[in-house]
Amino acid sequence: MPDAAPTASATPEKASKLRAAARDAGEWLISALLSPFVEISALFRLLWEAVFWGIRPPYRGRLFVEAMEFIGIGSIFLVSLTAVFVGGVLALQLVDGFRDFGAENQTGAVIGLALAREVGPVFAALMVTSRAGSAMTTELGSMRVTNQIDALVTMAVNPVQYLVVPRLVAGFVMVPILTMLFNVVGVFGAFFVAVSLLGLDPGVFMDRLKWLVDWDDVSQGLIKSMVFGVAVTLIACRQGFYAQGGAAGVGRATNRAVVQSAIAILMLDYLVTSLVLGQGFF
Amino acid sequence: MRLTRPPLPVQAKGDPVHVRIRDVHKSYGDHHVLNGVSLDIYRGKTNLIIGPSGSGKTVLMRQLIRLEKPDAGELLVNGVDFAKLEGLNLAAMRRTFGMVFQMSALFDSMTVFDNVAFPVREHTDLSRKEVRARVMDRLSALGVADAAHKLPAQLSGGMQKRVAVARAMILESEILIYDEPTTGLDPITTEMVDDLITEAEEMFGVTSIVISHDMASVVRIADHLSFLHQGQITATGTPQDLLHSEHPATAEFVRASRISLD
Repeated sequence: MPDAAPTASATPEKASKLRAAARDAGEWLISALLSPFVEISALFRLLWEAVFWGIRPPYRGRLFVEAMEFIGIGSIFLVSLTAVFVGGVLALQLVDGFRDFGAENQTGAVIGLALAREVGPVFAALMVTSRAGSAMTTELGSMRVTNQIDALVTMAVNPVQYLVVPRLVAGFVMVPILTMLFNVVGVFGAFFVAVSLLGLDPGVFMDRLKWLVDWDDVSQGLIKSMVFGVAVTLIACRQGFYAQGGAAGVGRATNRAVVQSAIAILMLDYLVTSLVLGQGFF
Repeated sequence: MRLTRPPLPVQAKGDPVHVRIRDVHKSYGDHHVLNGVSLDIYRGKTNLIIGPSGSGKTVLMRQLIRLEKPDAGELLVNGVDFAKLEGLNLAAMRRTFGMVFQMSALFDSMTVFDNVAFPVREHTDLSRKEVRARVMDRLSALGVADAAHKLPAQLSGGMQKRVAVARAMILESEILIYDEPTTGLDPITTEMVDDLITEAEEMFGVTSIVISHDMASVVRIADHLSFLHQGQITATGTPQDLLHSEHPATAEFVRASRISLD
């Protein structure tokens, strides 16, 4: 029986390979299920570190100004451009829809409400993510893989205090300002389309807008944009700060930062809206 | 808050051993990288730590400057256990070390001048004029004063190394660590970097620790060396001692590098 020995040894070998594959699959499944929680806890850890180091001297004013300029001033054109078209398309859709039952006079009011509460904060945060968030991740990621962050540590400079804190503060301050800009420019775009192109009365458009939109609506949007500003910069910094694997790793980190930020904005939008409206989360 | 380097303990001043590394262990999960490394770093000398790729050299360097905390063991710098320090004490103690990274790690958004001035601005209250004088003095000493206004990307690899040394030494650190300083450089630049290490040691009176796998550099600049293999020191002494080592891995490394003292 020359073939008996190989067959007998092959069976336990196959069983052992199957066990190893099952173990790998189990480990993969567990890590996939746990990864969102791991990621969120890492974000909170970085936020805690940023608060811890943010309240301690030295306070590097120049870095705060630079970060605000990069996130805020640098995003003005993009935010304004998208706001004009978002406002315009809202006007097109609403005038067309409202005309069916003679309510086109409410266009200004509904657009104002939508921009102040939802569209302004969400779009402004998404624009900051796509322009400034991705750039922050790439910059910090490059610094990580070329040892520049390690160099800071060896020079007794805390890298969270030096690199993360100014960006977080800038996100917290500048995203609400950009949201206000988005609201104003969005209303302007909607006004232009509704009045100049679709023939709505300008007085009625502005009167209805002022009648329905009040400070509570604007402040709801601003609260959201502050939360988004911190979330977007925190995610961008976390992904860049802990990037590894050379240039390809920085690319992957940037990709993750943009995807996670977009998801976080929409999830936080729901959570903050529920809290502000006192509706409960689910 | 300004971090001031701790004063040198009186008993440390006459001690020829600057750093004592004792039984240092480091693991990542199940992977044991350092398995009880013990060695001495001699004051005012060029100390090389060599070994093949994957032997744990860079991990040892990361423990030595506390970019990571060892799992166990002691890192006695001037008699103070660096491995046990935390927070502001750790930050203050870090000023004992200057670090020259493999790819220099200069801040690419800053000019050469700003790179070298960075530690001074962070840790001293010197006026702009004093900072300028100190930085230009260091850059001149290392022959790169003309590049002060340039960005790191505009410099050659050798010049970047000089700027990195200037930055590492601007706060007059006692110990200068070089991580694979000649990797990826052509033979002429390699020799220039070796000369730079010797120059910096003579010019600033520092203790140099060089992490390398370049045997030619060993022969050229080492006063004392330690051979790291699979996370342990398997040979230590002068370059001659290494070349005549009977440890199989060390002897194989020497043989493969085709270096002799003749």
